[in-house]
Amino acid sequence: MSGADIAAIFGGAVVTVSLSLVGILIGLPIGLGLALIRWANVPFVARIVVLYVSVLRATPLVTLLLLLFFALPNIGVPINPISAAILALVMNTSAFNCEVWRSALMGFPKDQYEAAQSVGMRAGQRFRRIVLPQIVRVSLPGLVNEMSLLIKVTPVLAVVGVVDITRAAVRIGSETYEPLPPFLVAIALYAPIVFALVSLQRWIERRQLAVEAAA
Amino acid sequence: MIHDFGIVWSERALLLSGLANTTILSALSAVAALLLGCILTPALMSKQRLVSWVARVFVDGMRCVPFLLFAYIVYYGFPSFGVRLDNWTSGLAALTIYNAAYMAEILRGAWAAQPREPIEAGPVLGNQMIQIIKDSAFLTIIALPELTHAASSIQSRHYVPFAAFITAVFLYWGLCLVIEAGVSSIGRVAEARR
Repeated sequence: MSGADIAAIFGGAVVTVSLSLVGILIGLPIGLGLALIRWANVPFVARIVVLYVSVLRATPLVTLLLLLFFALPNIGVPINPISAAILALVMNTSAFNCEVWRSALMGFPKDQYEAAQSVGMRAGQRFRRIVLPQIVRVSLPGLVNEMSLLIKVTPVLAVVGVVDITRAAVRIGSETYEPLPPFLVAIALYAPIVFALVSLQRWIERRQLAVEAAA
Repeated sequence: MIHDFGIVWSERALLLSGLANTTILSALSAVAALLLGCILTPALMSKQRLVSWVARVFVDGMRCVPFLLFAYIVYYGFPSFGVRLDNWTSGLAALTIYNAAYMAEILRGAWAAQPREPIEAGPVLGNQMIQIIKDSAFLTIIALPELTHAASSIQSRHYVPFAAFITAVFLYWGLCLVIEAGVSSIGRVAEARR
């Protein structure tokens, strides 16, 4: 394995990290939106969200990605590997985020909401100033956990031809007939990213426990 | 579109054998991973520093590695050490070893919370089962004939991508609903006997 090969894997890492970030940044608000639809019990739409979350949580990312990549062009929607990858990541992660947000919303004390209503806050204000800051805190460990899960499924994106860490490693392995070294370099890149997120999640949980204990 | 589903229907034998393989693979490795987890959990909580350190490094290591890369290493990388496994054996081994780490962590958490919340682990184990089913789909890359592989094969021969993959998605969904129903009925029994 040459220096150029290692550079190629690092180039793949940039793609993996960017796609993960895009997936996380789009998936977070969509997940919140879905959770709010269920929380507010919007007629009909809420039931579709329940169905969407249930199906998406059960669908492996490979299957979803292959479906999008091959079926969308078939019905006349042209799609390249990168957009198929982003769409699949967002659909997948928003379903999981929806559940995290929703359980925070379910635990939200109703009396606070009524108190905000009684001092004359409008719905938007109540949500922004009272509800959101508190559910973000409660949801944070779950959301960070979902981010680390998302990064762990990104190697699948290589299946449709996205040149990420995994695809770079596979290509080098098949050219040099020594698959192990490039895979180990790939793991050396993934592991610290995921470990950082897992540690962040533990740190947030410990800190919140400490704050609760002090209160 | 109806015609496309007709083609998938005519290939139902392939799809069902894929579903059967996914189920067998997931069930076998879930049981094996749970047993391995039962061995790992006491090691994680061992008073012997070295034992608990080794178990901790293994569990945390697995939790930081993407499953697909791990499967690649078992299938393509192990031959470098002179260990050559066929795709079934390496798929099963990868799925089992990887998930044993997660099982051990779940059991440790349940054990630590022991007197307070005795049946806490049930739903979490159910979620891990669903995770195993979804991980098993990754094994399509080492040409293991599971459900996603069957759908890909139908799509590549007949060019019916939507019908083939959406059918696979609904079969995965059905499998997960069965597990969720199983977990909640076991939970009810446990609740009743408390």
